[in-house]
Amino acid sequence: MKIVLIMQKLIMTMLGVAFIGVSLLASVGQASAQPEWMPNPPKAIGGQCDLDPKEMRVKHMTLLDHKRDQTMHDGIRTKKYSLKNCIACHAVKDESNKYVTVKDERHFCRSCHDYAAVRIDCFDCHASRPQDTMNKAAKAAGNPHAKSAGISAIGKPGDRTVATLRKFIAGEVK
Amino acid sequence: MISLKQDQTKVKETKVTSGDEAGRREFLKGSAAALALAPGMTLFAYGEALAKPADQAVSTKSRWGLLIDAAKFSDEDVDACVKACQDENGWSDTGKPLTDPQWIRRVNLKNKKTEEQFSLPMMCQHCAEPPCVDVCPTGASFKRKDGIVLVDKHICIGCRYCMMACPYKARSFVHEHIEDQKEHAPRGIGTVESCTMCVHLVDEGKEPACVKAAPAGAMVFGDLNDKTSKLAQLIKSVATQQVRADLNLDPGVRYRNI
Repeated sequence: MKIVLIMQKLIMTMLGVAFIGVSLLASVGQASAQPEWMPNPPKAIGGQCDLDPKEMRVKHMTLLDHKRDQTMHDGIRTKKYSLKNCIACHAVKDESNKYVTVKDERHFCRSCHDYAAVRIDCFDCHASRPQDTMNKAAKAAGNPHAKSAGISAIGKPGDRTVATLRKFIAGEVK
Repeated sequence: MISLKQDQTKVKETKVTSGDEAGRREFLKGSAAALALAPGMTLFAYGEALAKPADQAVSTKSRWGLLIDAAKFSDEDVDACVKACQDENGWSDTGKPLTDPQWIRRVNLKNKKTEEQFSLPMMCQHCAEPPCVDVCPTGASFKRKDGIVLVDKHICIGCRYCMMACPYKARSFVHEHIEDQKEHAPRGIGTVESCTMCVHLVDEGKEPACVKAAPAGAMVFGDLNDKTSKLAQLIKSVATQQVRADLNLDPGVRYRNI
């Protein structure tokens, strides 16, 4: 009985490793297929997101809205879905090793919102970069994304034009 | 215990740290009465606040309050409280006294007859019946279940009715663009703001920044509803006052020796 259990566990582990391998390959394949003008937001520092990135892309504003009311009115200050935590985890450093504010084009939120032409006013009031008091772990680990392909791949602002988009659809650019 | 009643009408504010000066805080008139303390009676700064679990909502079980002993404050002590608030919440004087934000300020008082002078810190009094909440057209100005009065800047339209309604002139309007705010104290152009009783610290079971910066025993923070708390026992045993108690707003901030 015990041997069966061990075997079962072994098979599950192997399956898991194989799955991770496949998904890694898939993600690498996707990254190379993505045209340069597409938004390519910098990777987070802190590892796993509160939600699957695909879902987060769609729901993040609803989640943030809900969380803000909880925090403001009920004093619920858990980290999950808190803007403070998002900002800390998705911080981007510049050449001088300082976190960029939302004024910088490389800011995580701007990398997509510029592309989608959605103006966000969160940072009229909220800090757009982490402060020393928070996310000490992320700070100690440093930010490996400052010079990552992610930032340069955002492209020049002029590249993200309707003309380029039409060319892409027509298959003239990849 | 001897009661020394001051000439109430003679107590008049002479100066505020910034903002429009004379006459702005005449409201302190008529609210002053001094009482002598029984010997040996002292106030203690006491961090008794218990942290609620972070995922639990605040309830009406607590009502946070403050007791400020004006006799224990020198001008410098009050300024230290103001500085502590600025550091904690990220506001500052920008050299434009008419429009600068002011979450807490020094109010200087003088009894014209006796020439007795003293100063006290004045901020949002966290009323049980806050007029700022009554007048707010959007519901941005609200009172949390635990008695802390706040502005929800997500829905504040910057009409400034609350600034007009507040008898303590506790609120200010943000006129300038702000960057790099404290992450626990978001504040931005076009919205009204005021003392939050350092709500982010209170939720963690800590004391407000001004209480920490005040001289020992000059400011006591605690739960008015918890009869065993230091604050509740103090206000039960010594004479304290609410500023402009005649307005029936039941402020959560009480004073001694004014």
